[in-house]
Amino acid sequence: MARMNAETAIHQALRDEMQRDARVLLMGEGVATKHPDLVGDFGAARVRNTPLAEAIIAGSAVGAAASGLRPVVDMLFAPFLAYAMDALVNSAGKLRYLSGGQFQFPMVTLAMTGSGWCVGAQHNHNLEAMFVHAPGLQVVMPSEPADFNGLLKSAIRSDNPTVFFVDIGLLHQEGDVPDDLSQTVPLGCAAVRRTGTDVTLVAYAKTVSVCMQAAEQLQAVGVEAEVIDLRSLKPLDEDAVLASLRKTGRLIVVQEASGVCGIAAEIAALAATRAFGALRAPVARITGPDAPSASSWALEQAAVPQPDEVIRAALGLMRHESAAARRQPSRAALPN
Amino acid sequence: MSAIEVQRRLQQLETMLLIRAYEEQLVVLQRKGAPGTCTSVGQEACAVGVIDALESRDRILTNHRSAAHLIARGADPGRLMAEVLGRSDGYCRGRSGSLHISAAELGVVLTSTIVGGELSMAPGVALAQKMGQGEPGAITAVLFGDGAACEGIFHESVNLAVQWQLPLLFVCENNQWQAFVHRRETMADEAIASWARGHGVETQRVDGNDVDAVFEATTRSVARIRATGQPQFLELVTYRLRGHVEPDDQSYVDAAELAYWQGRDPIHLLREALLASDQVDAAGLEATQTRVERRIAAALAFAEASPWPEAATFTDYVYA
Repeated sequence: MARMNAETAIHQALRDEMQRDARVLLMGEGVATKHPDLVGDFGAARVRNTPLAEAIIAGSAVGAAASGLRPVVDMLFAPFLAYAMDALVNSAGKLRYLSGGQFQFPMVTLAMTGSGWCVGAQHNHNLEAMFVHAPGLQVVMPSEPADFNGLLKSAIRSDNPTVFFVDIGLLHQEGDVPDDLSQTVPLGCAAVRRTGTDVTLVAYAKTVSVCMQAAEQLQAVGVEAEVIDLRSLKPLDEDAVLASLRKTGRLIVVQEASGVCGIAAEIAALAATRAFGALRAPVARITGPDAPSASSWALEQAAVPQPDEVIRAALGLMRHESAAARRQPSRAALPN
Repeated sequence: MSAIEVQRRLQQLETMLLIRAYEEQLVVLQRKGAPGTCTSVGQEACAVGVIDALESRDRILTNHRSAAHLIARGADPGRLMAEVLGRSDGYCRGRSGSLHISAAELGVVLTSTIVGGELSMAPGVALAQKMGQGEPGAITAVLFGDGAACEGIFHESVNLAVQWQLPLLFVCENNQWQAFVHRRETMADEAIASWARGHGVETQRVDGNDVDAVFEATTRSVARIRATGQPQFLELVTYRLRGHVEPDDQSYVDAAELAYWQGRDPIHLLREALLASDQVDAAGLEATQTRVERRIAAALAFAEASPWPEAATFTDYVYA
């Protein structure tokens, strides 16, 4: 095992894929400025600085992807994707379908988001659910450097357009990565980060470590939590969530994004529709507020789920069952 | 005028008549309840003049008003009509309808009905050509209207094509109408070509109802792109003779302006020119018209006989 942060893991994946496939190119505001080594090794034609114009960056990637190239576009911060919505949602997401399958769009859109840099709501907005909602797109949001590397390689090799969210708070955190980075991580596969039998904690990006911290503290009071890192939000590994829920009977979904129509809501609906009989307590969601992200460190952090909330929720679910058991009249007490 | 040129003009007239007859048939279908269609009646010379100046290796991006471009490129009116009617033999297997028909086999790619969508993707298609995808020496032509020129993406697209030196031909069919709003309410006169020049691209502005002028201007532009690798910009001044989307009573259209442009109908202009120079006679014109009508009748029969797509396939083609 080697140690590497997410930023390096992303860079390494870009380098490996550009080496592996001459059709891969990198475009975006400052990509050539930030990756001079890639310009040196692969040429300025494949590492292109662009005008500061998100709509045409994304639109050009869509056109290039349909014409035989495999572009990766760095859109910098997720809120800037609002300028690129037509290209991503109306073109990349729909034109394969609308043309009856005549085109495909092997392209990756990178965007940073999340708390950690105090950049405020027009640079930090966890809007991944918007793209999950758009047909034709894949959405990825990893939590560990090894996955940033392995999932980015899979996304670049995929023939479907992928929006790849990079949690700002994880960018410079080191993690273990395999010595041999030639392996990819498949899209659509969740990872079980910790096994447990009492409660399932589902998370992605920075809330995975929040759940891991909570799970450690829960263990100290005798509650065994299982932690599932979704990694891919679309395709979503429904089987992994359901398998864990059927084992534990309790589910908490933790995300930094606003809860309204979000990933946690989707997971809760999945549990209710596919595993209702397995639920021993209501599904709990711990999410960010329906509010823009503030710049002030104190306010920004206040909006992010913390281990304490996860612990309280988990203990609440454990108590719920015993409370329910107390309310349930015993068979002996029922009138004949 | 050489025999080849005479032959080209006769073929162009027949193609323009075919486009007109096809779109008029769609209007009839519309009245019987078929889905809405945006026709390009009055703009046939733009489509035919531009497409005839391109080669089969070139790529074309068009928009919601695309039938003329597709037919000029050789699309089968039967498969087009099947698509409009939502049938399985349509170019897009019934997923597109009239608004976003692509025909990759003809080089007509990534048709978007979002006004300006074609402008957002065209530089990427041309970039792929420049980077060795597709046939050597191929270029991309993107066709859009004065409405799209008012979108911000117009400027981003022209600017990027200039900065990246892309083999891209911008063709603005300035038909004076942006949906239900006249162009004079939205931009200064002669703004489009001057905006493009401001980004550093060479422009030509020609009469879009004169097929010879369009063909010659496009031929010049295409030759410049192939020779220099630089983009070119063409503004074709024309007029949308029918409404934005059928059915449309055009009650918002100035009658005198409409009458003026009806007098400049591109098919009428070409027919008169051919007759005046004895390149065709009345019997020849009638024979052409008969051929066109037979093709449209056959197209309609083909489209109406084409089966509906299987309902169970409605989520096919979302993901690769």
